[in-house]
Amino acid sequence: MKQLGICVLKAWTALVLLVAGATAVAAGSGEVSALNLRRGATEISGQVYDLHMLMFSICVGIAVVVFGIMFVSMYLHRKSRGAKPANFHESVKVEIAWTVLPFLILIFMAVPAAKTLLAMEDTTEPDMTVLVTGSQWKWHYKYMDRDVEFYSLLATQREQIDNRYAKGENYLLEVDRPLVIPTGQKVRFLITSDDVIHSWWVPDFAVKKDANPGFINEAWTRVDEPGIYRGQCAELCGKDHGFMPVVVIAKEPAAYEAWASEQESIRQQAREEEQRLLAMNMSMEELMTEGERVYNATCAACHMPNGEGLPGVFPALKGSPMALNDMQGHIDIVLNGKTGTAMQAFGKMLSLKELAAVITYERNAWGNNTGDMVQAKDVNAVVSGE
Amino acid sequence: MSKATEIISPAHGEAHAHDDHHEHHIPKGLMRWVLTTNHKDIGTLYLWFAFIMFLVGGAMAMVIRAELFQPGLQIVEPNFFNQMTTVHGLIMVFGAVMPAFTGLANWLVPMMIGAPDMALPRMNNWSFWILPFAFTILLASLFVEGGGPAFGWTFYAPLSTTYSGDSTALFVFSVHIMGISSIMGAINVIVTIFNMRAPGMTWMKMPLFVWTWLITAFLLIAVMPVLAGAVTMVLTDKFFGTSFFDAAGGGDPVMFQHIFWFFGHPEVYIMILPAFGIISQIIPTFSRKRLFGYASMVYATTSIALLSFIVWAHHMFTTGMPVAAEMFFMFATMLISVPTGVKVFNWVATMWRGSMTFEVPMLFALAFIVLFTIGGLSGLMLAITPVDFQYHDTYFVVAHFHYVLVTGAVFSIMAAVYYWIPKWTGRMFDITLAKWHFWCSLISVNVLFFPMHFVGLAGMPRRIPDYALQFADFNKWISLGGFAFGLSQLIFLAVMIKACRKQGEPVSDQVWEGAEGLEWEIPSPAPYHTFETPPVVK
Repeated sequence: MKQLGICVLKAWTALVLLVAGATAVAAGSGEVSALNLRRGATEISGQVYDLHMLMFSICVGIAVVVFGIMFVSMYLHRKSRGAKPANFHESVKVEIAWTVLPFLILIFMAVPAAKTLLAMEDTTEPDMTVLVTGSQWKWHYKYMDRDVEFYSLLATQREQIDNRYAKGENYLLEVDRPLVIPTGQKVRFLITSDDVIHSWWVPDFAVKKDANPGFINEAWTRVDEPGIYRGQCAELCGKDHGFMPVVVIAKEPAAYEAWASEQESIRQQAREEEQRLLAMNMSMEELMTEGERVYNATCAACHMPNGEGLPGVFPALKGSPMALNDMQGHIDIVLNGKTGTAMQAFGKMLSLKELAAVITYERNAWGNNTGDMVQAKDVNAVVSGE
Repeated sequence: MSKATEIISPAHGEAHAHDDHHEHHIPKGLMRWVLTTNHKDIGTLYLWFAFIMFLVGGAMAMVIRAELFQPGLQIVEPNFFNQMTTVHGLIMVFGAVMPAFTGLANWLVPMMIGAPDMALPRMNNWSFWILPFAFTILLASLFVEGGGPAFGWTFYAPLSTTYSGDSTALFVFSVHIMGISSIMGAINVIVTIFNMRAPGMTWMKMPLFVWTWLITAFLLIAVMPVLAGAVTMVLTDKFFGTSFFDAAGGGDPVMFQHIFWFFGHPEVYIMILPAFGIISQIIPTFSRKRLFGYASMVYATTSIALLSFIVWAHHMFTTGMPVAAEMFFMFATMLISVPTGVKVFNWVATMWRGSMTFEVPMLFALAFIVLFTIGGLSGLMLAITPVDFQYHDTYFVVAHFHYVLVTGAVFSIMAAVYYWIPKWTGRMFDITLAKWHFWCSLISVNVLFFPMHFVGLAGMPRRIPDYALQFADFNKWISLGGFAFGLSQLIFLAVMIKACRKQGEPVSDQVWEGAEGLEWEIPSPAPYHTFETPPVVK
């Protein structure tokens, strides 16, 4: 029995040392720790980190004292050592002390916590605003003061997830188009959702805010150092919840300005290209190649790469009456989505060319073989209500 | 008419036979268990049911840990992974922990207050026997087209409404049945304690297990109807075109979370208050010293129960509440640590200058105090709103609630079973095997849950089937700990089967030196009917 107590003591000493050691390591380096919260890249995230370390130290302190007394008692006051039970109980003094003392500790914790909280929730006077919209399973960023908006999707290859290729350094934390923001400026985020609840989280900014459909939440950050900051969706949002990362690049204001102007001119060119395309026809081969690319990037998450969907959850496109017969309905549902289901409106996400290609692909892949070709102008006709 | 007579007459005959044998007669066979109104039989049914559900829910946790053993998708698809996390949570909360506590209440409350049985024995039978149907429906939903519920045990709308599968109807129905069962169980506990205490068993003489269960029962009656309301609104939003949680129809998805957590937070205390009661029985016994502050324990339990109604939104700090609300819920939540601290300090003060021995129930109780306190302290950290923004929905939260629920609630249930089973069977359980169970569980459960703090702080979100490479090392350890903890419970199964087969040395009436209370004054094993004439408590 004595051995047993010593065993317990040893185990707990080891544990406390491990935790203390981990803390020291984490506090000593600016690197992202595998054990602890990160200090992050903003003044707020630094405050949050300090608050976390304060709470953590207090909790470890309380634990060491309480468990210490308990283990001493377990060692000294054991029957095998001949301990005779005392008969004391109830002491108003002691009981008041151990009610009041924790209360004082709580007040000591609450003051800095309240200060930081007020600072975090103060979204007034931003230098710029980005509208962040979550949907299953991607983020959309719209710069409110400029003509820039785009979707941001997971860039990790399917083959890495399925263990067929070696996993890259930023596995599951990489996107095709990251959000870009300037350093040193107060950036306000308006956060909402198109479907279920998501949560936009960048640990380095200490920003985590739910994206609620039909409501707009606010958050803000001011990043000091240029760099790439990675986060993830933090609220269970369905099948691919684990596969919708957030990547933010912070650039010096001049570099940001150059990037934003470039994006605006690219959008302008794309619009002109779109108009030009309306007068052209793509070949079946071009449509199918482009369509397969778009399908795998956009549609395959639900309807599956083989077009068979997930029975009872996401409908099959292979052999579906709409894909085989109803071309107008098919274009309409891809453009506008279907309310009351997970089928989103892709009209604002994809270009006319991409829409035409993917609809053609869906009508001809997996043995659907309708031979139908859908061109950009056909899609445009539905868009403009002709 | 003739049919009815046919059914009635043999029953009549049996009633006579029963009279003849009087109290020595225990019905035999399957029908004994189906028709029983005996609190001890029903307690046994609840406990075995809870244990089976614990193993089923545990098997699902094994699937989760197997998938998370290394990065990449290996074993299950994300959609099935989400079903596993959802049903694991539902089964452990509603199928394992809650029925186990109800089972203990059935066995112990009448014996502790000197009552012959529960006050409403027929309802008692009914409240147990609807449970297997509830869980059969829930488990069956995994096999329908589209799979079972995949929206987390918290079933946030609109993921559980517009975007869920048709099996949601089965989920709603089964939760309704679980709720009805809990409410009936709670009514039974309250009526029994109010009306059937032996002469002299005044309120402030009641054992703490009885007190904590009484308060728990009130919590159950207060919040289970709220849960029923929430699932009903999910049902009508999904199938009947209402818009409680849909902004497009004038509703609000965040309102769902308010309703759910108004149930959910008291629910957390429903799963821990009886544990406090159990530990408060065990620690004095093996310290051979009376509980340091009985009255303050009662008041602390009551305060925790009352506070539990004004802290719910600390689960929702990231939903975009007004800052004033965030402040209120932060401070209210921090307050709960005061009465909880009072409890822990009381246990330690009880041990201080006692004469301790370390039998198996005491080992579990001591592990409970340390590990539950770790869970409580991480809970205090989570209460701090600005840092909660970083912790929320990460593995830090998973670590926190598994410390309070597994090493808290589940360890207390195991402590209770080891403490009272010799009284139930009249035989000592296999102590060697039970110690193996304890040490294997203690070590593996910490390998399982402690590193979750680290991966959570480092940024791993919960409820994901695949993760970034930086989390790989710890997840491997977590999974290994998980498998070891799962296997350790098979030792528990072995101990329980041996105990129920009445293998082992006969025990005395008191069983444990230092045990005090009415249940230790009746013979071991406890006779089928106890306290037919009430004892007098001085």
